[in-house]
Amino acid sequence: MRFLGFDQKTFKHGVHPPEHKDQTNSLPIRQFPFAPVIILPMVQHIGAPSKIIVHEGQEVQRGQVLAEAVGYVSVPIHSPVSGTVRKISKMPSISGKMVPGIYIEPFPYSTQEVMKGKSIKLTFATPDEILQGIQDAGIVGLGGAAFPTHVKLKVPEGKTCEVLMLNGIECEPYLTTDHRVMLEQADDIYMGIRYLLKVTGAKRAIIGIEANKQDAADHLNSHKPNDIPVTIEVVPVKYPQGSEKMLITSILGKEVPSGGLPIDVNVVAVNIATAAEIGRLLPHGRGIQERVVTITGPGVKKKGNYLIPIGTPLRYALDQVGAADNISEVYMGGPMMGTAVSNLDISIVKGTSGIVVYTENETKKPEKIYPCIKCGACLDACPLFLNPSKLGILAKFEAYEEMADNYNLMDCFECGSCSYVCPSNIPLVQYFRLSKSIVRKRQAAKKATEHAE
Amino acid sequence: MQSRTLNISTSPHITKGVSTADIMRNVVYAMLPVVAFSFYAFGLNALLVIATTTVSCVVTEHVLCKWSGKESTVSDWSAVITGILLGLTLPPIFPLWMAMIGGIIAIALGKFIFGGLGYNVFNPALVGRAVLQAAFPVAITTWTPSFSADRFTHVSDALMPWIFVEPFYDAVSGATPLSAFKFDGITTDAKELAFGLISGSAGETCGALIILGGIYLIARNMMNWRIPVAVLGSAFILSGILYLIDSTAYPSPTFTLFAGGLMLGAVFMATDMVASPLTPAGVWVYGIIIGVLVVVIRIWGGLPEGVMYAILLANAISPHIDTMIRPRVYGTLKTKRKS
Repeated sequence: MRFLGFDQKTFKHGVHPPEHKDQTNSLPIRQFPFAPVIILPMVQHIGAPSKIIVHEGQEVQRGQVLAEAVGYVSVPIHSPVSGTVRKISKMPSISGKMVPGIYIEPFPYSTQEVMKGKSIKLTFATPDEILQGIQDAGIVGLGGAAFPTHVKLKVPEGKTCEVLMLNGIECEPYLTTDHRVMLEQADDIYMGIRYLLKVTGAKRAIIGIEANKQDAADHLNSHKPNDIPVTIEVVPVKYPQGSEKMLITSILGKEVPSGGLPIDVNVVAVNIATAAEIGRLLPHGRGIQERVVTITGPGVKKKGNYLIPIGTPLRYALDQVGAADNISEVYMGGPMMGTAVSNLDISIVKGTSGIVVYTENETKKPEKIYPCIKCGACLDACPLFLNPSKLGILAKFEAYEEMADNYNLMDCFECGSCSYVCPSNIPLVQYFRLSKSIVRKRQAAKKATEHAE
Repeated sequence: MQSRTLNISTSPHITKGVSTADIMRNVVYAMLPVVAFSFYAFGLNALLVIATTTVSCVVTEHVLCKWSGKESTVSDWSAVITGILLGLTLPPIFPLWMAMIGGIIAIALGKFIFGGLGYNVFNPALVGRAVLQAAFPVAITTWTPSFSADRFTHVSDALMPWIFVEPFYDAVSGATPLSAFKFDGITTDAKELAFGLISGSAGETCGALIILGGIYLIARNMMNWRIPVAVLGSAFILSGILYLIDSTAYPSPTFTLFAGGLMLGAVFMATDMVASPLTPAGVWVYGIIIGVLVVVIRIWGGLPEGVMYAILLANAISPHIDTMIRPRVYGTLKTKRKS
């Protein structure tokens, strides 16, 4: 029985920013051309930067490994194109730091055939071999976090995984990447789920989809194979449901413990596009060369969902889709959690789920900051039941330890709902980001001194 | 594509777009029907009192800001709310110079010395009224009958004494429904109470319009609905129990709700965001404290009315309510408390 929506599966609190998804959600994925120069940063994932194993002047084939993983929390980087390595030097990255990069000039008349690797056969491979295959394919979380997927999939000793959660929520406004992937790559997704079920030992898989993508849920349902235990759950639209904590709460009614991981409630959560990538690459032993990116926003003329080679310079991508004359802000990711880029010479990387371009008209004017009037809107928005109002006041007084010790600062995953609703325009989540990094630094320093003694 | 200057900001890059000034402005809108009714019921007298307190509050805020070298905060509308609210709690024939002093005190002592908007411990309008009640006990309990025939043409002489001169009253009505009940045991018809056909402070007589204003703010998500519900609900239930025990000694629960300043206090004063708790559970506690205190003061206290003191007291403990009652943080077993 549905009565006033009280029994709907969702988490508590959260916000409803305008969706803006209808501009691109019906546009099929289209292949992007190769840029005249592809520039690959060696820092595309969380963890150690990859180590370059090619040299300047070397000819490389599409799919060839250009840089190796360094250690466990790291992944290799493959060439997205057949061409010549023109330069190996520092390049700008989204964080503003200069990072090592490989500049490749594509061969103009090449067939761009992808190099074959060692196939990971679903039926014969052991879970560890599949994990190795996932790392070798350079796969990271494609939802934006860019955390190496094989690390996330490794179930720690003594823990068991019951449910494999596929995250097709995509709650960020504007982005339709996962939506199109679900509509167009159902077979890849299900192949990926087979691998993932085997790796994690999960008894069943659940695909979580928000209600604004009902067509994707219907499509996946109609293509559902019989050999795997997978169900599709449609949940009401609410931000930040795409956070794995919120998704798990919405669908399973469980809470991931503070400071813990989904595996603590016997769940492993994987982005749906990541699953599709695993299903597509592993049978052929290939690495990631391209990804689907939604390029949209009022500053873009040809909005759409594009299959773009990794390492395509942002400037080239915007030239291809036609940017408005008065663009003023470009985000990698959506407007709620995405990063504003300072430089169009950075490249599209594995974690780029979307590019949103704002013109001067949409750019937020510097608003007057009023004092906190204790209206409580941020408390009603915070999906973790934190007290952003109090945390904001403490941040102003630089009481970072108090924030962490008594007000659960470190649980905040920076969804930005508090800043979104604040009528006084207090930069709450911005304060918390800073406070968290300060607390982390202090804790590390404390540990170091304790170690020295 | 040529290079151009890009804006950089940290996420989120969008906001809901409702500002603090918007909220405050809407509170003023919600009070306008109440102001209009007090003009309709009490005529020019009430309008002059409300205008005086409002102008006094706004001017005080502006002058104090300038004096302390800050940007004037008049544009956030909160001083207007304080002024109108203060005026609504005063008798319609309150001497204007006293009203002016009330406005100055409300802003200066109620808000400014704490640090301005957002830092006040008490509802500023009630601070102003509390001082007036202590300083001018006669003037603040001298009422005029509503709907007098010449109310739109005649301004009472009581409003216009020279500054620091006690007023001379020409047309004085005996009692408000509350004092009539408290001291003479006379109850007033509930319908008269709800629609304001009685004497009382300028803005507290028409419960129906106050509720309307409250519903407007709740519908626009600019007021915490739990506060009026908790205040009115607890007052209703407690007075209902007492009424069931002895219906001759205690007032009926509907009388409790609509007589005096309870409705105005529950909807427009207890809901002062700054002086009320933040968390839903805390807000319930705060509202129940006010509702119970109002009934207790009215029945067992020396005063006929207790809304002002009940709210001020609850304001004072609301920061402690916030420290003691905290929602359970996601993924934790128990509320973390300060040891």
